[in-house]
Amino acid sequence: MHVEQIAVFLENKSGRLAEITATLAYHGINIRALSVADTADFGILRLIVDDVESAKKVLKAAGFTIGITNVIAVEVADRSGGLAQVLMTIEKARLNVEYMYAFVNKSREDAVLIFRFDDMERAIAALQQDGFTILSGEQVCAL
Amino acid sequence: MTTLYWEEEIETLPRVGLESIQLTRLKHLVARVYATVAPYRAKMDAAGVRPADIRSLADLQKLPFTVKDDLRDNYPFGLFTVPMDQVVRVHASSGTTGKPTVVGYTKKDIETWAGVMARALTCAGATSRDMIHNAYGYGLFTGGLGAHYGAERLGATVIPVSGGNTKRQITIMQDFGSSVLLATPSYALNLADAMAELGVDPKSLSLRVGVFGAEPWSANMRDEVERKLNIKAVDIYGLSEVMGPGVAMQCLETDRGMHIFEDHFLPEIIDPDTGEVLPPGEQGELVFTTLTKEAFPLIRYRTKDISRLIHEKCACGRTMVRMEKITGRTDDMLIIRGVNVFPSQVEHVLMGVEGVEPHYQIVVNREGNMDTMAVRVEVSEAIFSDEVKNLEKLTRKIQADIKDLLGVTCKVQLVEPRTIQRSEGKAQRVIDNRKM
Ligand SMILES: [Zn+2]
Repeated sequence: MHVEQIAVFLENKSGRLAEITATLAYHGINIRALSVADTADFGILRLIVDDVESAKKVLKAAGFTIGITNVIAVEVADRSGGLAQVLMTIEKARLNVEYMYAFVNKSREDAVLIFRFDDMERAIAALQQDGFTILSGEQVCAL
Repeated sequence: MTTLYWEEEIETLPRVGLESIQLTRLKHLVARVYATVAPYRAKMDAAGVRPADIRSLADLQKLPFTVKDDLRDNYPFGLFTVPMDQVVRVHASSGTTGKPTVVGYTKKDIETWAGVMARALTCAGATSRDMIHNAYGYGLFTGGLGAHYGAERLGATVIPVSGGNTKRQITIMQDFGSSVLLATPSYALNLADAMAELGVDPKSLSLRVGVFGAEPWSANMRDEVERKLNIKAVDIYGLSEVMGPGVAMQCLETDRGMHIFEDHFLPEIIDPDTGEVLPPGEQGELVFTTLTKEAFPLIRYRTKDISRLIHEKCACGRTMVRMEKITGRTDDMLIIRGVNVFPSQVEHVLMGVEGVEPHYQIVVNREGNMDTMAVRVEVSEAIFSDEVKNLEKLTRKIQADIKDLLGVTCKVQLVEPRTIQRSEGKAQRVIDNRKM
């Protein structure tokens, strides 16, 4: 039920993000979702890609420090209220969100929310109980 | 377990007896050097001190220091005190800058050296029954031959493998049953890695103890060597100018410091800035006077190594003072807001956080009248996290640990791998932008 996310350490230097996306594109790796968390001193780029193993290899070869984390991908209808419902479940179950980001899947008119919780197993159980669709890594890649 | 000594009487001599031997030898040394070596005589005359002024060990402080440049200026044999026909061997240290320094030994010096080295090996628990695997380099470097003669003196079986050809070394260890390894700590780690690659289990070997020296190494590195090779790792200290390996040696009863063989090598700890001798137990630059060397004695030689002397009694029964593991070099010392800072201390903190060899750089700037220090740390996979708060916690911890250990507040900056400049494979540890 987990999706593998690649996190990349970034110094706050201009051009680094473009370098990463170009490197992945050059190797035919598609980015499904991306978010950047940054502070005054550094940033963390989080990526969902269609080929984690290759992405790992090329980013390491390009000299980046990376980490693999499991995240949860929740599919919701891309209309108002979709996100609110998920957040209600989270609130009700008293889950701690470390971070989240979203992307829209145009072909299916759905949105996919990517979550990192402090307690991933409990989060999956709570979301499934409320009837949310949790996507596997393959499903996310196939979108 | 009873402790074995090589020369029990001298190694366990009460301090007063030891000091009386030191004083006798010191007087003799100063008189001889003054009479035979013009550069020493000139320095003593300039300082207004004569051999007769040395009446107590404290009078040693009246004598001028000897520094590496004195050795270079008198290259190659200018500081030898005996004619060359009495010199039976020379060694040389590679000069990273400029000329190498050359040291010479008489027949008796070689005997003395073998004796202190045999003592050192006994400290590590080695005996005549051991198979000593000597992986120190043989040649102009003092490590190989110095350790070799000591091991022979001990009566052990010496395998003079020297450095390199790691695969063959492992085969030899397996076939000959090497029980004591003498090597640099980094080479020991090479051996361990090669064993892992070849599928050789260190537990299947007879290796029991490793005597490691000739380069600075941290406590973490010691743990790593012990774990990977399944041995006890002990520290040996020596430098070619003073003798070679066997100046000081860690015993099996303590993890804290190495016994200095003080009947031959008289230590002092000085403030590297002022040259003043520091009170007992304080950290500073290690200075040696050789008490028994014939061909190439040294008076108050500044090693540039940072250490402290440990005067507390050791469980092994040896009365000889211990020196703490070298924590830095005076060449690297930075003074920041009046505080002495050694890059090795920063390294020590980072080691504790990362558990691995850190890549870091210290950047010093002057803003107004204020010195600022920033520590740039390359983010390795070991410390990286996908969460901002974890990385912020990490920088705060490094900052707090540095403040604790050094007493200096610094800014910690996480940087991408391979962004710290390296020259010839070595990272440039310090960038000092202050205009002094
Ligand atoms: Zn001891």
